[in-house]
Amino acid sequence: MSDRPSEAISKSYSVAITGSGGSGAVTTGRILLEAAAQCGFQGLMTRSAGPQIRGGESAAMVRFSPDPVECMGDEYDLLVGLDWRNVERFADELPLSDKSLILSDPAAGEVPAVLRSNGAEILEVQFKKFASGLPGGRLNMVALGAATRICGFTLEAMEAGIRAVLGGKGEEVVETAIQAVRLGFNHDHRPRITLNAPGKSDDHWSITGNQACGVGALRGGTRFVAAYPITPASEMLEWMAPKLEKLGGSLLQAEDELASINMIIGASFGGVPSLTATSGPGLSLMVEGLGLALVSETPVTVVNVMRGGPSTGIPTKSEQSDLNIALYGLHGDAPHLVFAPLSIRDCVFTTQWAVQLAEHLQTVAIVLSDQSLGQSQAIIEAPPARELPLARKVESEPGGDYQRYAITSDNVSPMTLPGTAAGMYTADGLEHNPHGTPSSMAVDHRSQLTKRLQKLEDFDFGDDWAEVQGEGRRCIVTWGSTAGVVNEVATWLQAQGSAIRIISLRLLAPLQRDRLMDLLSDSDKVLVVEQNHDGQLFHYLHSQGVLPANAESLAQPGPLPLRPGRIIRALSGGN
Amino acid sequence: MTVPALKAKDYKSGIKAVWCPGCGHFAVLSALTKAMAHLGLVKEQVAVVSGIGCSSRLPAYIDTYGFHGIHGRALAAASGLKAARPDLTVIVAGGDGDGFSIGGNHFLHACRRNMNMAYIVMDNEVYGMTKGQASPTTLPDWSNSKMTPHGTGIPSFNPAAIALAAGAGFIARGYSGEPSELTRLLVEAIEHPGFAFLQVLSGCVTYRPDQKQWKEEVHSADSDLPTDDPVKAAQMIQAGDGKATGIIYAKRFPVWQPENRTDAEINEIEKEFLL
Repeated sequence: MSDRPSEAISKSYSVAITGSGGSGAVTTGRILLEAAAQCGFQGLMTRSAGPQIRGGESAAMVRFSPDPVECMGDEYDLLVGLDWRNVERFADELPLSDKSLILSDPAAGEVPAVLRSNGAEILEVQFKKFASGLPGGRLNMVALGAATRICGFTLEAMEAGIRAVLGGKGEEVVETAIQAVRLGFNHDHRPRITLNAPGKSDDHWSITGNQACGVGALRGGTRFVAAYPITPASEMLEWMAPKLEKLGGSLLQAEDELASINMIIGASFGGVPSLTATSGPGLSLMVEGLGLALVSETPVTVVNVMRGGPSTGIPTKSEQSDLNIALYGLHGDAPHLVFAPLSIRDCVFTTQWAVQLAEHLQTVAIVLSDQSLGQSQAIIEAPPARELPLARKVESEPGGDYQRYAITSDNVSPMTLPGTAAGMYTADGLEHNPHGTPSSMAVDHRSQLTKRLQKLEDFDFGDDWAEVQGEGRRCIVTWGSTAGVVNEVATWLQAQGSAIRIISLRLLAPLQRDRLMDLLSDSDKVLVVEQNHDGQLFHYLHSQGVLPANAESLAQPGPLPLRPGRIIRALSGGN
Repeated sequence: MTVPALKAKDYKSGIKAVWCPGCGHFAVLSALTKAMAHLGLVKEQVAVVSGIGCSSRLPAYIDTYGFHGIHGRALAAASGLKAARPDLTVIVAGGDGDGFSIGGNHFLHACRRNMNMAYIVMDNEVYGMTKGQASPTTLPDWSNSKMTPHGTGIPSFNPAAIALAAGAGFIARGYSGEPSELTRLLVEAIEHPGFAFLQVLSGCVTYRPDQKQWKEEVHSADSDLPTDDPVKAAQMIQAGDGKATGIIYAKRFPVWQPENRTDAEINEIEKEFLL
């Protein structure tokens, strides 16, 4: 069996662009992705950069296909080296094969041995020389022109891509870029791609995962956000701030994450669906506030865009290592909701669902996005609007003896909002009786603990708890962004006639234990795949008793993405 | 039909307070309900927000909406509530530990954010709920806590000076032993358009019996106060003994409040993602 699924499936083409600070690798990648979109492809662009705020080496990775693209492949078909300074730092993120093509400027020196070692073909184009013949010409645009030809894109598509990305910089910049692209395009080489462009779609979006979480939050009714800037979540907040203003809401930049979480609890107590976004260090600071929201039954949603941890960790790179804190971080018996979007496109639905479920169930929802979703740009089919019949139960005409925490049949108590006469109560982090009066009596503690647990346990979450694909006695269980690469593996295996079932968990807590056990009941081999070191999902599922004793774990920490071949090898029993 | 005016007792919830007999906080609670009655506040349009500590128990004793949050975060919760619900009268209450130690950062930023709310700090220079440890306003040589047997050895915190430096536009000091003056100050604080900081010297009979002495020490602030000159206010605060009651500083700054306007639909916003 080949261990190159992405090559075999693959109606896709992958390009990596590297360069030192100021060389414009990321801009080049953005334009290439937009040009692919103009040709009707879907696609994904991830980026890798050093820790510098400005400058420093960077790399852009672009993959496009007529089908949805939700992960990077095993190797790059094309590597564009704008220069080779410091490229060693990225070498392990840039796998190549003997089928790869390296586009290089001889003026930048020889292609480093670490990139040549797999036998990639080298094509030389004099980027710098061509660019210097053009006033204001930049060598990355010449390289982009050469890549345009290799990718089989038309010059018209590339020009539209340039306008989409550089349009804000003025007509002169756009015109100069177009001329430089033409120089590279007309250089003597041929297309290396066999994909047929589907033709531009009116229904495709160009969006990042952070923006997609923002869209989902707004669709779910979020109208107040308080947050503190943090990598890699800030772009979600920056996107939302002006949008909230247009929708009758607002975003408040708080003094710290302790303020953020308590501010949104205050706003939600006032009746406005509220959210914050952060990353691991911020989530750590918010945990006490989450307990307050949970016990006072004040709905809030936290979007946690995961990065390498613990502590400051690797702020600019992705990892799925905050599952444990999301599940277990709170003190006391503190059941709540934990979600993970399965792709950039799914960030929209999952965030909307989380916000509305938090509202409906008057509890805390944590959404575990990550850097690889949040900061990647994708071309996707527009996610259709979904009306969800989930809203906060508000008591607008309370009777004589209103009880804020009354035990009801579904354990969700209708909530009065400030301004409602006869419904006044004090929301409290202290344990309380049904009226909301603080109580340390065993009977009140037990009944309120049960209420807060059962309102989640008894709720019917429907079919959206996981995406299930395929049949068979082999099964992969995964969660969050890793679903993309796992799906690619499954598609490839199934195309080869090899049966496999994939279960991608969108709802992690409360775990849909019976549904999951039912799906796993006829599996004789289960592999749990996730991007962290310790196997957090694997241990969680074991603790819940849903995994067979012989289940195996494939847990690979960040920052390198899980690639299809790695999963194939694990399925075959290798490392 | 006219609604009969509410009396101070109508703002009391009837829940029995956990405070020790003789605690200064009873007088603060009473003065607050009198101030509310004086202002004729509609009960359901008021939210009293607090953190953790003896004084932070106050919301449960008042018959309005209440929010008894976590230690140090009262101002944050109140700021979110006010941002989302500008129609509400927001009153924040707490103690010196809650406001100046664990919640110190929120105090700074609430002063400069200048949202329209009143912040009442019942200052007894001690952590009462945890049974008598030094707080940020405790003098450095107070050695009656087992946790700091030699005293804290560090200077105490001057709340009015910090509030002024952080940009608060209303700074006042009251005393639980002067209930009618305290009621007046509460009325002024609630009416002030912006963030109003009111420090109330409210003695702890249990862990700071020495504060009975305050009765002799507290005095009215100079007759030429309040001032709207921050330099003069700083001089008065720094030169004073911390026992002068009255409004020290009052100046109007722009109030921060998000505009809640609606001029778009989500589907229009989403069009930006189309190619």
